[in-house]
Amino acid sequence: MTDFLAARSTMALSLGFHIIFACIGMTMPFLMVISHWFWLKRKDEVYLKLTKAWSKGVAIFFAIGAVSGTALSFELGLLWPGFMKHAGPIIGMPFSWEGTAFFVEAIFIGIFLYGWNKVNPYVHWISGLLVGISGIISGIFVVCANAWMNAPAGFDWVNGEAVNIDPFAAMFNPAWVSQTSHMTIAAFVATSFAVAGLHAFLLLKNRENKIHRKAIIIALSFGSIFAVLQPLSGDYSAKDVAKRQPIKLASMEGHFKTEKGAGLTIGGIPNEQTETTKFGIKIPYLLSFLAYGNFNSEVKGLDDFPRGNWPPVLIVHLAFQIMVACGFILAALGIFFWIFRFKWKDKLLSKRFLMITAICTPLGFIAVEAGWIVTEVGRQPWAIYNILKTVDSVTPVPGQVFHFSAFLVIYTILSIVAYWLMGRQIKVLDREG
Amino acid sequence: MLYVVIFFLLVSVYLYCLLGGADFGAGIVELTARGASKERTKNLVSESMAPIWEANHMWLIITVVILFNAFPAIYTQVSISLYIPLILLLIGIVLRGTAFTFRHYDAIKDDSQKVYSRIFAYSSLIVTFFFGLIIGALISGKITAKPGNFIEGYITPWLNIFSISVGIFLCTLFSFIASVYLIGDSTEESIRKEFIIKAKHTTIAMVISGGIVFIASFIEKADLVVQFFSHPVSITLIIIATLVLPVLWITLGKGLIWFSRVIAGAQLLFILGGFYAIYFPTIVKIKDGANLTLFNSAAPDVTLNYLGWALIIGSFIIFPSLFYLLKIFKFKTEEE
Repeated sequence: MTDFLAARSTMALSLGFHIIFACIGMTMPFLMVISHWFWLKRKDEVYLKLTKAWSKGVAIFFAIGAVSGTALSFELGLLWPGFMKHAGPIIGMPFSWEGTAFFVEAIFIGIFLYGWNKVNPYVHWISGLLVGISGIISGIFVVCANAWMNAPAGFDWVNGEAVNIDPFAAMFNPAWVSQTSHMTIAAFVATSFAVAGLHAFLLLKNRENKIHRKAIIIALSFGSIFAVLQPLSGDYSAKDVAKRQPIKLASMEGHFKTEKGAGLTIGGIPNEQTETTKFGIKIPYLLSFLAYGNFNSEVKGLDDFPRGNWPPVLIVHLAFQIMVACGFILAALGIFFWIFRFKWKDKLLSKRFLMITAICTPLGFIAVEAGWIVTEVGRQPWAIYNILKTVDSVTPVPGQVFHFSAFLVIYTILSIVAYWLMGRQIKVLDREG
Repeated sequence: MLYVVIFFLLVSVYLYCLLGGADFGAGIVELTARGASKERTKNLVSESMAPIWEANHMWLIITVVILFNAFPAIYTQVSISLYIPLILLLIGIVLRGTAFTFRHYDAIKDDSQKVYSRIFAYSSLIVTFFFGLIIGALISGKITAKPGNFIEGYITPWLNIFSISVGIFLCTLFSFIASVYLIGDSTEESIRKEFIIKAKHTTIAMVISGGIVFIASFIEKADLVVQFFSHPVSITLIIIATLVLPVLWITLGKGLIWFSRVIAGAQLLFILGGFYAIYFPTIVKIKDGANLTLFNSAAPDVTLNYLGWALIIGSFIIFPSLFYLLKIFKFKTEEE
């Protein structure tokens, strides 16, 4: 493994690992706030037990998210000093705001987790709400920084240096709205459906458990709204990418030849040697329409760009297909949930519905990881799009494979331990419930 | 605005050493607890740290963000030259936070508790040691911007007697802070007495290891000794820190919890301040080039302006919230 590949792998591992816990940290506070509210209003103890059960899991995930986030703040410099020396002064500001928001989050989660009997119940409830709100805010700020890498703004690049820096323009770059909205919705969808799936699995094993029933209703009610919004957000994002990073769009679509009235390829395997995408289902004119709103618009193909600047097309295309597929499945599941909720009430929480929900547990998170692969790998070979290449950003320190291996081992162990701990918490919950 | 940013940088380093340091020190103190006191110590540490550890460690993030935002050349050079200790520090941070939380939140309390405790305690020690090692390396004068070989570039700056001695010193310093701060968190007289003794022991350890730092710097020609004695501010602060020690022992003996905490906090300020007064504004001493200072490594004014305002506004949000958190969990023990 070359040092460069190892460094990229380490970053991918660290980000891919952290994002799971960040999604959970952004969403769970809202699910808990809903459950907690029902407890305060209806005095139904099941909601209190649910909130407390959720908070015990959240505490574990929050800690893993916090330490893996700390690792990332160091790894930005450890792995990419060539990037940070330029990017730091330009895009550092959203990181400082993210720091403030996360600080508030850390403070109020301390109050929420440990302050049950120490503060007024409504103050306690508000702390939970503040954890969620500051989580969303910090997520938005940090994604602004990533958006900047795709849509660099707020500086002039002169002789390999950034001048005329405008941190405000950098933070609110052209991609900030599409990226932050898409990620926030993604976090909600992934977490809600995973929670619903977990409780569906548990409810199948223990049909009488009221806690699981309420959990599924809350999680699916919340998640389904966002699951249906996400394709719309995705459309907005893709149109944005079509405008700003046409080579990324071409890779996502496996679209090699520039053409007017371009068709949309669903599935398929792109081949960079032959410059074709085979085995896909092609829907004529749809790509032009979706990307530019006109059935006859010209959509640039990869052949319009120098070979050296192509991202890994196979990876980007497959990741994109996986993400969209997962997204549509969850949107469908969300729609069925509402139909069952109001029309076919006997089907709600039926065995088949629970099984499908349980099977869909990981889909949201698979979509999140696939989506990040699309946007990060799709931006290669650039660290800052069209300005600074990733290879020019990497650290000169050799032996990168050790850093990668160490964190691979640690994060794997942490994942296994987290899974094991969840199992133990569920065991105790079942005993008590 | 540069001065505002520098102020916040120094404040967040201080607060990390105080609050995060108390946290790390608690783990080190657990390590040194023996026999029956081991169980009591673990319970005290768990209860005391649980609600506040995440917030305490945010000061590290704030420090790192200020560095890469406002002093990118420093952040970059340190990320390269001190790569190895930084990775080891990170591994320690990851293990420590997770072990601590798992210990508290494992629904079943069985033998796994011992594993968590061991990881928590040892990684607390490792993190503190490497943190000190890195600080020592920054001013050791062995960091080079143009290394001739791997050892010179990535090993020598931190693997030397001086840096190691600073690492050891920091372990005693954080243990000291933790001992003093943990006293007040317990309501049992026997535990309090135990920790008062620990506080006194760690003070002695601190003074001894501080002396070793001076000796090490003499051996390694890091010229700390010479610089120290030619800086009146440093000498004054260290003398005050030393004179305050007997005062602290008296307040500890009398059971004046909050007064002792304030004194310990002040001591930390005197020690860090006295130490840094020698080097200000240098952050990284470069062997074969210009030192990286807070002035020559600063980002453009526009960046500093935005950061400065972000920090000012942020502190109006953070400090009251932090005070509120501590009020809920720390101030009550006084009344009980």
